[in-house]
Order: sequence, then C-alpha cells, then structure tokens
Amino acid sequence: MSYEDWYRQDRLPHIFCAGCGNGTIINCTLAAIEQMGWKKDDTVFVSGIGCSSRASGYIVTDSLHTTHGRAIAFATGVKMANKDLNVVVFTGDGDLAAIGGNHFIHACRRNIDLTVVCMNNQIYGMTGGQGSPTTPRGCLSTTTPTGCVETPFDLCELAIAAGANYVSRWTSYHVKELEKAVKAGLETPGFSFIEALVQCPTAFGRRNKFRQVADHVEYLRSHSLLRAKRDRLIEAGEPVPEDMFVVGELARRKRPALGVKP
Amino acid sequence: MTRIEFWQGNTACAEGALAAGCNFFGGYPITPSTEVAEHMAAKMPKKGGVFIQMEDEIAGIASIIGAAWTGARSMTATSGPGFSLMMENIGFAVMTETPCVVVNVQRGGPSTGQPTMGAQGDMMQVRFGSHGDIAIIALCPANVQEMYELTAKAFNLADQYRVPVFLMADEIVGHMREKIIIPDSMPRTPRKELVKGTLPFKADADLIPGFPQFGKGYGVHVTGLTHDERGYPAATNPHLHEALVRRLVDKIESARHAIADFDIINPDAEQVFIAYGAPVRTVQQVMHDRPDKNIGFLRIRTVWPFPEYALAEFKHVKRFLMPELNLGQMAREVERHVRVPVVSIQKLGGELHTPAELVAALEAQR
Amino acid sequence: MRNEVRFSGFGGQGIILSAVILGRAAVMYDNKFAVQTQVYGPEARGGASMSQVIIDDEQILFPKVAMPGIFVIMSQEGFEKYGANAPKDAVMLVDSTLVHSRPSCKYLEIPGTREAKQTLGKDIVANIVMLGALVASTHVVSEAALEKAILDSVPKGTEALNIKAMKLGIDLGKGSKQHEVT
Repeated sequence: MSYEDWYRQDRLPHIFCAGCGNGTIINCTLAAIEQMGWKKDDTVFVSGIGCSSRASGYIVTDSLHTTHGRAIAFATGVKMANKDLNVVVFTGDGDLAAIGGNHFIHACRRNIDLTVVCMNNQIYGMTGGQGSPTTPRGCLSTTTPTGCVETPFDLCELAIAAGANYVSRWTSYHVKELEKAVKAGLETPGFSFIEALVQCPTAFGRRNKFRQVADHVEYLRSHSLLRAKRDRLIEAGEPVPEDMFVVGELARRKRPALGVKP
Repeated sequence: MTRIEFWQGNTACAEGALAAGCNFFGGYPITPSTEVAEHMAAKMPKKGGVFIQMEDEIAGIASIIGAAWTGARSMTATSGPGFSLMMENIGFAVMTETPCVVVNVQRGGPSTGQPTMGAQGDMMQVRFGSHGDIAIIALCPANVQEMYELTAKAFNLADQYRVPVFLMADEIVGHMREKIIIPDSMPRTPRKELVKGTLPFKADADLIPGFPQFGKGYGVHVTGLTHDERGYPAATNPHLHEALVRRLVDKIESARHAIADFDIINPDAEQVFIAYGAPVRTVQQVMHDRPDKNIGFLRIRTVWPFPEYALAEFKHVKRFLMPELNLGQMAREVERHVRVPVVSIQKLGGELHTPAELVAALEAQR
Repeated sequence: MRNEVRFSGFGGQGIILSAVILGRAAVMYDNKFAVQTQVYGPEARGGASMSQVIIDDEQILFPKVAMPGIFVIMSQEGFEKYGANAPKDAVMLVDSTLVHSRPSCKYLEIPGTREAKQTLGKDIVANIVMLGALVASTHVVSEAALEKAILDSVPKGTEALNIKAMKLGIDLGKGSKQHEVT
C-alpha cells in the first residue's frame, strides 16, 4: 500500500495548475493517513470551496465537498453523528479564515476531534487572485492592486488562542516535516490544525516577483523560522525577524475534546 | 396505548421528531423556535442521539446535512432571520439529495421584525429562497397534534424523496398549548439504500437514487457542484446540468399526488376558503358557527409541492377566499391555477384573523 | 360550554405557569379541551405578563381569546393593561395585596400574596393561592383536577407547600364576597 492508492485514478488529471503546491500537501496528508493505518471505509474527507477544497474529490473515500467556508460545520455533523469515522478537512485561507472564520474558531473552542489541513496560498486562487485574510501587507492581488494595506491573520495563533489541541505550521518545501505534523495531528484527540504555506504561481507568484515556481518555494524555505530558533531568539532578548514566519509544532495539549471515538 | 398530553406546539414538534427516530439535532437559538432545541437538548442524549448547539444557523444546517450522510435522521429548527441564513445550504441539500428536516417557526418579518409574534411570511422563501431552480417539500401544521404528526411525517418524506423537508409552523401554533393524543408509534419509511456497484447519483425509475451512506464502503463523492451519475463534478456540461436540475425538480413535482395531504369540505360550495397553518383554525370556527353547504374549505397540510389539482375538486366555486398571515403569498400561487377570483385576506402584525373578519370577507362583494 | 380565562401580573409571579396548570387540569384530569396562549415580551422579570386559557367540552377551533369571561389579576400594571377593560358580565379575581384598582365588572378580592406570605411564609406560591380561589369560585375545572395538575407542574420538594397554597386559595375563594358593581 502507498498513499497513491488513496487517489481516484478515474478523476485524474486534476485541475491544479502546473507548479501548484496543493498536490504536495495532499500527498503528505495521505502519506500520514497511510502511516496511521486508517481504513478507507472509515475515513471521510470534507472540504469547502476553493482550489484546496477540490482535494476531497480526488480521494477514493467518502467525501463531502460543501459550501464556501462551511466545511468544518459540515464535518462537525459527520463526526458527531458517527464518532467511529476519521474525519479530515481540507481548506484554504479564504475558505477557512474569511467566510469560514467563525466556524474555525468555534471548532477550536469545542476542540472537536477533526484534523484540518489548510493550504494557505495567501490568495483566492480559484476566483482569479483576489486578496485574502492572509495576503501579506504590500502584496499585490487583483483586489489590492497597489499592495495589500491590511494586516493578515496568523492562522496558527488564532487556532491556539481559540483552543485547538494540536497546531503546527510548515510549508510545501518541508514535506517530511509536514507529513509528521499531519500524523501528529491525526493522532491527537481533539481539534488539530495544520497550516501549510503553499505557492500559487498563477494567482500569487507572478504578481509578486516570484517568476519561477522554485523562486517562491525557495522564499518559503528561506523565510521559515523554526519555532525552536524563534524561542532561542526571544530567550536571548534578540529581535525576531519581521519578514519571517514561524514553522514547527506550535501547540500540543490535552484540553477536553468533543467527538472522540469512545 | 395512546396517551393524552397538554403540550406546547414546539414540544410536540420535538417529540414528534424523536418518535420518528430523529437522532441528530444541530441548531442555534432563535425565538420563537427555541423550545424545540431546548427539548431536544434535554431528551436527545437519553435516546442515544446527538444534540449540538452550533455557532450560527449556517452551521446548524451544515451539521445536520453532514450528520444525514452518516445515516442519521437529522433536524434543525429556526425562525425567519436564521432561515434566511440557511438558504445557501438548503440549496446544497437539494443538489446533493440530502434527506433532512428543517423546522421554521415563522415570526413577523422582514428583518428582526416581531420575534414573539406569528406570521406566514416565509412561504415563498422556503420554495424559492435558495438560488437556482429547486423543489422542496413544505408542511404546515394548524394545531399541536399536527406539530407532532407532520414533524414525524417530514422525516419519512425526506428519506423517501431525498430532499430537505420543511415544517413551516408559526409562532401561534408553536407556542400554544393544547390537547394532543400521542399515537403508539409513527410509521417509518426507510431510506432506499444504494445497491453496491451502481452509480451513486444514477436515479431509479422514481427519479431517486439509492442512498450511499458514509462509512459503508461506497466511497462516494458528494458535491454541490453540478455532477454526473458518479458524483463527479461536471460543471461546464450544459446538457448534464439541465438533466440534473430537471430531475431534482421533477422527482418532487411528479410525486405531488403521492405527497399531497389536504382535506376537502363541501366540494359543491360556491364560496371556498383555502387555508394552511394557524388560519385553518379561524376557518374551522367560521364553518362550525355557520353550517352552510355553500361554504367550502380546502385545508392544506402540504403547501409545497402545491396540490393545485385539489382546486379543481370545487366544481361550482365562484370564488376562493384565502386568509394568510402575509400579504397574499400563496394566494398568488392559487391565482395561477384558477379562473375564478381569489380573495386574499391578508393579516400582518402577529394576530390571527378573527372569525368576524372572515365572515365579513364572506359577505363582502357577494 | 366555552370558558375563557385571562391571567395577568408581573413577570416572575408564575402567571404563565398558572395558565398552564389550569389548562392541564382541564385536559388531563377533567377530560375537557383546552388551549393556552400567552403574550411574550422581552422581559423575563417585571413588566406585565399575560396568559390565557380556553376551556371547552368540545374541541377548540379558534384558539385565541377574544374577550375573557374570567380574569385573574395579580399586579396593578397587569390590571391597567389587561384587566381595566373587562366586560360588564365578566368576573375578576384581584390579588388585593397588589392591585389597587377595581374593575367595572363583578370581582372578588383575594389577598393572595399577603396570605401566601403570612400563612405559608412564601409569597412565591401566591399564584397557586389565586388558582385555588379561581376554581372554588368559578368551577372552570374540578378541585381534584387542579390538585393533580399542580402536583405535575411544581418543582419536586414543593408539592406539600403548593397543595397548602391551593387549599388556602379554595377557602379564600369560597369565603370571599363577590362584589357586584352597578
């Protein structure tokens, strides 16, 4: 068995653009699930709307491709009605943090036993490149033509503050780390949130000076600050570089959880 | 043994759902429907079911759709503002053929309007509120007994037709307490299972596909996108889209006779009342006080699909009179189907038409 | 025979519970029909609360009370809002502890709140005192049915207190002089 056995062969090729980071994240997620030994018949993927949310349709298990922003609310119904099912949500930054922001924080608060994998490309890809709640300040999009003037959400800090039991962030560059993080999330009872920063060459990269896909992946690599290193900087009283984002395991705890298999 | 209770309409609704085997309730508090959720919160866990209070009505209906796919008989309850928030996911339930029950204890609108007063202002919203062409089933109880029985029936219709079914109650019926006779048991229509090896969205002759429950090895992909019989997105295929939407509408509209639930009184009458929900009670009082074969009554419990063929049963009708707690929403539907005048007796504000008001309408312009 | 009863007082007195108990007594124990409705305002406490019950030997079609024949009024504000325009042929029980006005119909002065407090030590059961007086003076339901409905409806551990309140009310209702107003 390999993670490739989880794909619906009759739905390939997929709709993702050449160079898109989403496939990497889906592969890592399926590889983690494969390592868990989960059965296909007991596993359900739920997603909302957007590029990332198309992932559920490429997987052979039961899957629910829902309305924009609502994947977690649908998944809550699936999980609460049948706690024996393993429920994984694929989402994106717009789906999760804009239209679905309320469902996200409440699922964290309830600490419901779901694993949510967010492919954060910092843009609305499917609708053609509009700014999202994670578009960095100054970045160009079709709705921030002179540069984004709003401050983005830190999705992981949001999840931690709202109460999720497991939170980590990696990027499409860090495939091994990401796979381990997803597996840790799957193993943790309660709400697990894994943010994966991904390149979107079509809607984000070409407007923001990443001429090649590799340029953007390299940016993600070089601007990742390991959590341990960040903590050492803080301990030493040294400044944390503002243009970097923290990666690694950011929370793992045992708050009371909802919907855990008895 | 049947037993007698003195119950509030909303209590009867929750109990009817439980009697029908409802085992998942997801909702958000809103007046005047909260008693349904409160009763479910108290009773559901004792019956081994799940009650969850979601963060808003959008999540409420999302949760019951998700639960339905695991095989649950699921329900939510709301009122006007919450019902408006549910519109998008109602369309999702229609498109994905998800059986579920939505209770709307109608209050005065628009907007926040009259939270504690009854109305029937959402009758067109339930039929046409979600975008695109849809068909749904909507039931209207006129008393506490029907709050119980029609809620139970809603689950059967939902499972049989794989469609969201709406109990379009109102604050008057939802909040009144009256005598109710609890039947021993409620008949239960099972959900037709998908035969393994067949395509999950390929309909049978009844236009309804078998249900591929999650966790049973079907490996079904369920999407709100236009999809083929495999359930795979095919959103740019014009013919497939038209065929799908027509089937989703036709499976309900073509079953209108089987779904219909109405009473005809005095079919030879020249003056005929049509009513559904709370105004039924006023018409009943008028008919009781004035025994007159020339006053007829079409009393409708299944408002959608509208049983227009029942109108033709009144062969000598000179005009229809239609009391509604709105500005004539269903009167407009009746007008589409008849050639005689339809007198729309409209009332807003939260109070029921009085018998005197209906008598005045009977005697006016005679 | 259709009887329409209106209860009014302030939020927290158990006005709605009184109506529910009365309807329950009729339906569950007197083999009659009843419909109970209420006016909902935003106030959970205070304000003028109102609830109505229709009791009939036959099935009740029109479920709303047009003009009640029987009133139970337990606050001055409730009187002004829901009792002042009582028709001449109605009968009203006023909690004479809290209602200062008197109606232009027949009425009975029942010191429900004072008696609940002084005799039973709990003014919270004033509504049950009034219910007892209502049934004793109007016989809209039987005393046996009222007692059973009260036992169904009150919190566990307060049954004895509430039955005492009911009996006190029945005595007050029987002993009270009906004031005729000309």
